[in-house]
Amino acid sequence: MNVLTDNWSTYWHGFLGTLWLTLVSAALALGLGVVVAGFRVSPVRPLRAFGTGWVTVLRNTPLTLLFFIVVLGLPRFDITLPFFTFAVLALGCYTSAFVCETLRSGVNTVPVGQGEAARSLGLTFTQTLGLVILPQAYRSVVAPLGSVMIALAKNTAIAGSFSVVELLGTYRTINELGYGIVWTFVWIAVGYLILTLAISALFNLLERRVAVSR
Amino acid sequence: MTVESSALYDVPGPKALARHRLYGWLALLVIAAVIGWVVYMLFHTQQFTYQKWMPFEYKGVQELLLRGLANTLKAFGWTALFALPFGALFAAGRLSDHRVVRWVSTVVVEFFRAMPLLVMIFFIFVALKAPPMWALVAGLTLYNGSVLAEVFRAGVLAVPKGQREAAYALGLRKTQVMAYVLVPQANRAMLPTIVSQLVVALKDTSLGFLITYEEFLHAGKLIATNLDYDLPFIPVVMVVAPVYIGMCLLLSWFAKWLERRGRRSPKAKGGAPVAAAGLTPDPQG
Repeated sequence: MNVLTDNWSTYWHGFLGTLWLTLVSAALALGLGVVVAGFRVSPVRPLRAFGTGWVTVLRNTPLTLLFFIVVLGLPRFDITLPFFTFAVLALGCYTSAFVCETLRSGVNTVPVGQGEAARSLGLTFTQTLGLVILPQAYRSVVAPLGSVMIALAKNTAIAGSFSVVELLGTYRTINELGYGIVWTFVWIAVGYLILTLAISALFNLLERRVAVSR
Repeated sequence: MTVESSALYDVPGPKALARHRLYGWLALLVIAAVIGWVVYMLFHTQQFTYQKWMPFEYKGVQELLLRGLANTLKAFGWTALFALPFGALFAAGRLSDHRVVRWVSTVVVEFFRAMPLLVMIFFIFVALKAPPMWALVAGLTLYNGSVLAEVFRAGVLAVPKGQREAAYALGLRKTQVMAYVLVPQANRAMLPTIVSQLVVALKDTSLGFLITYEEFLHAGKLIATNLDYDLPFIPVVMVVAPVYIGMCLLLSWFAKWLERRGRRSPKAKGGAPVAAAGLTPDPQG
């Protein structure tokens, strides 16, 4: 009778799938993003070039094409992984480019004197970046990083079309049971809204905490 | 050397230079090793055999790809055509003095920005039974239009307050203030951001692939999964990916060029607030 109560477990599994995919991809994206951002500001030219190439290519490739390459392409190299891992790879790499650019612009907002002071204390490049610059850049980066994460959560929807269990994909099973199509989608929309609102609330909280410590 | 790098390290001395050179060579070695491994795998899995590249010789296949590209550009064109007025309309709505108009516009813009694009496209495709292209265009328009609405709004709000006050003081009406004073000034600041958002729209046309719209990626898949050519997957990627990247890069360069031009022009005081107004396209990609 009611789409939501009848298909609660389907929706719930889809929602959990989306949540899990978001979390794991976010971890990969943040890790990669920090490393590549480090490359992009490093004094070593090949590393810098690599960082630039990474960002340029990934930012200008459609995510669908990336999924296409990872999900259908890696098996051609005899690399077969669970679809979930493929999805995490595609989403994580794609998002890492945006994380990297966000961090880099954050590094630019840190006063030059901070870096100079760190160097005059004898800190190395890695120490300056990791101990002095990034902790300060973090403040100005929290808000834009939140938008990147929301974009990531929304992009997980694409994974459903490549056989990963996630929220949007649930419409297929539920639709086959003959429920009103509009209501089937309403609850999917609600699920995504909950997720994106939760992320933005989380980042608002972070932002406020950072602002207090200023 | 840019400001940002000088904040992190000094101009290297001879010792540091030697060290950096060492790191550089090590990095190059690693990168070369990875590339070498990929190339080895490409040869190992026989991606360069004649049979796999053969399909590109056929006129039919070439036409299929070109038709796909044309469809991609068509969807992109329609999206740009609809999204810009949509954005302008709802930006005006959000700036309206009438509370109801403002609220409705706010809800519409916020909702379509928060929804995954693919959910909207699927909804329009499955529930409203729209043809694939129009489902794609409608979804892209709603999403990018909403983002553009925010860009327009931020742009108009970023124009110095005195401009608006002066215009009112001269006796212009609200519409006139908007059309003759605020929008032209905001325009210059917004233009690069608008073009960058169009890059996002261009990339997202590939979502049409998922609802069987016969665009570029769809054509690529058709060829890639063809058994007669021994599943030429990698060759197809080598053809399709550079085209997408190239198109997006061209548009990004156009945006950058607009930004530079806006900054260079002496009258372009209005061009400054681009960054200040927080006018960045959504990182949706």
